[in-house]
Amino acid sequence: MEYDSYECDVLVIGAGGAGMRAALAAAENNSKVIILSKSVLGKAHTVMAEGGIAASMGNVDSKDDWKMHFKDTIIEGVYLGDWRMAEILAKEAPEAVYGLERIGAIFDRTEEGKIMQRAFGGHTYKRLCHVGDKTGLELIRSLEDKILHKDVTVFDELVITTLVNRSGKLSGAIGFQMRTGRFIAFSAKSTIIATGGLGRIYKITSNSWESTGDGIALALKAGAELRDMEMVQFHPTGMVWPLSMRGILVTEGVRGEGGMLYNSKNERFMLRYSPERKELDARDVVARAIYNEIQKGNGTEHGGVYLDITHKGKEFILKKLPGMYAQFKDFAGVDITKERMEVAPTVHYFMGGINTDPETCMTSIPGLYAAGECAGGLHGANRLGGNSLAEILIFGKRAGEHASETAKHSSSEKIGDDCIQREIKRVKSYLSDATDGENPFKLLERLRCTMDDKLGIIRNAKDMSDGIDIIRDIKLKASGTKVKGGMAFNHGLITCLALDNMAILAECMFLSALERKESRGAHTRNDYPKKDPKWKVNIMLSIKNGKISVSHIKVPKAPENLAIIIGEESYA
Amino acid sequence: MHSDTVKLKIFRKDHGEKSPGRHDEFEVPVTEGMSVLDAVNYVVENIDSTISVRWNCKAAHCGSCAAEINNYPRLMCKTRIDDIGAEITVNPMGAFPHVKDLVTDLSGNFEIDRNIPEFKPKKGIELPWNIKEQDVTRAQEFRKCIECFLCMDVCHVIRNHSSKYIGPRHIIKAAALDMHPLDTVDRSVSLMNDKGLSLCNVTKCCQEVCPEHIKITDNAIIPEKERAIDKMYDPALMLFDKLKAIGKSGSR
Repeated sequence: MEYDSYECDVLVIGAGGAGMRAALAAAENNSKVIILSKSVLGKAHTVMAEGGIAASMGNVDSKDDWKMHFKDTIIEGVYLGDWRMAEILAKEAPEAVYGLERIGAIFDRTEEGKIMQRAFGGHTYKRLCHVGDKTGLELIRSLEDKILHKDVTVFDELVITTLVNRSGKLSGAIGFQMRTGRFIAFSAKSTIIATGGLGRIYKITSNSWESTGDGIALALKAGAELRDMEMVQFHPTGMVWPLSMRGILVTEGVRGEGGMLYNSKNERFMLRYSPERKELDARDVVARAIYNEIQKGNGTEHGGVYLDITHKGKEFILKKLPGMYAQFKDFAGVDITKERMEVAPTVHYFMGGINTDPETCMTSIPGLYAAGECAGGLHGANRLGGNSLAEILIFGKRAGEHASETAKHSSSEKIGDDCIQREIKRVKSYLSDATDGENPFKLLERLRCTMDDKLGIIRNAKDMSDGIDIIRDIKLKASGTKVKGGMAFNHGLITCLALDNMAILAECMFLSALERKESRGAHTRNDYPKKDPKWKVNIMLSIKNGKISVSHIKVPKAPENLAIIIGEESYA
Repeated sequence: MHSDTVKLKIFRKDHGEKSPGRHDEFEVPVTEGMSVLDAVNYVVENIDSTISVRWNCKAAHCGSCAAEINNYPRLMCKTRIDDIGAEITVNPMGAFPHVKDLVTDLSGNFEIDRNIPEFKPKKGIELPWNIKEQDVTRAQEFRKCIECFLCMDVCHVIRNHSSKYIGPRHIIKAAALDMHPLDTVDRSVSLMNDKGLSLCNVTKCCQEVCPEHIKITDNAIIPEKERAIDKMYDPALMLFDKLKAIGKSGSR
């Protein structure tokens, strides 16, 4: 046989926080679970999450409650977020954190022995439960240990290349294992996408190798609906030097713990942009401020601004920001206890993604679920720091529970041999000993530079129209890429497959961004600089008759009891 | 010494190939701040895309790109070209089964993890848990581990002597659980009896190569050894056990 076949109740694609939480929930509900990871187990991009998990337990600021967390989430998402998702997040976050603690996570503590919480941009109160600046790692290790002690089958370093949707219901996925190059077909009653974001579609990004948006693209191709794809979060502070480290994250925890931003004139410029919240305004605001300062010629030697935490002293910095200390010491030769850091905005997170039902995490395709960064809706036009770690725990769990419940009442449809053979042929068509094909690495580089240049922090119609032409050219050429070598651990092949996914998502992002003729949250246009009530809509994308179709839906109104909390949106 | 290019020798061996493997040589243009991982990726993207290498975050947070660089176990992303001279040899970790080129099979580590008893908290503690900061710092040190497995790679017990020893990474995993203030399981005796901890002769090579600077030997291995010895040979406990046995037989 040219391939292996497996059957299960719940197939989880992706083993970051959302995927592992989903797998755990499904296994605890007695489903037969298979979880797949593109990287080695435990290396998912979640380990890069530094600052913390947002939850309104009020351990430090006793006035905090779910209503305030809910309100912050909707307002900082500039009213585009799904109210029900935000309500679920705000209400369930404390229990999600305590749940993690009960399976072994060890958080930093307050004097009285409660879970410590730190300040973060856009959060009214000190709300982020954390472990130094390594919160994501703690989350992954705790879940990973639990998964390893459950009856869950793990395949790591496995690349899924297609989802199978033959009869309007999802019946599983096909992929191959990197170590062996062997194909595997997974037939499943329920499938959960938890593949994270697509930061690597940009050149300057905080995201790791695997964030190529595979799951989002595969879901789109299988018939699922995407939303809000124009909403890209630029984290205000990424490293700028040395060049090879450009974009690597400098946690918001630095500002949360008292770090201040200065331009080359030694001016604390956030006092001008945001007199009240200063460095701790929402990410879109701080990122734009830094971008403006650099554009105005107030940047540093390497094209950033200064971030200064030296006043907090060595002991404090080593305890609260050990990762940042090591990162700057090892890579830039900078001692952050004595010197200032140089930082600039970096692509960090995608608010948009697969459209899902807030209660069940089901997509528009029966049998297909999505949770985590690959799903859209919760964050609207701007995500608050710490909300994504809360999201992966809460919606990962929900996806796992509902996928597992549905699986109990549905039968599995085995993926047919013809279907598998076709996919094997398609994947292998990228392999060739001849050198006349397009080089996937060069094309990917062109794609990433196009995104940086044409769909950055400040956008306009001209750039975006140019950008979409380039992307369509890349998309055409992507189908003709060829690489040498075999199936096993072939980066060239994996790049060909990723490029195919990234090109279609890039097109979606441009279409969506061109469509929204206003500036809102992370989407800022200099040809439409104002927020416009007409555009209080979510932009939806799907493939119809082989083409990407764009439509709008009005942002659903929150029920009265929640509308009161949110208040009226103002248009200046 | 400053040079514009660096000579990079990369270990090559195909998946399943029987030969001892070879080194392919490449000239790589050096950029400011370049790491060994950047250099290897330059070759993959521009010269030979069939080279297999494992990497993820490029920022020493994930521990994916462990290798032997000029015969020293290091993370490729964290090793700067300008720190190690104009000729660089990159080999895969020797302690693990080879897959292809620089990639090794790490799956055995997860099998070891499955056999370390998981966290089991005391029952009936009031929720939410109240834990003091000073009680978590020891376990937190070990929980910083990024699972790069360099400590396993450098361990001479694993490489030269015995496959019975589960290795430093897994000892600190067990120690992190043992030192959780609310955990109820003791893993030390089983580490000694079934998991080869007694074979470690505390040469401290593991803590020397740890990119997270975890004091593996000082703070985990030695305390676990001491704890196990205490449990296994504590004279007071042995006497107590004897008396208990006599007491039991006496009451019969």
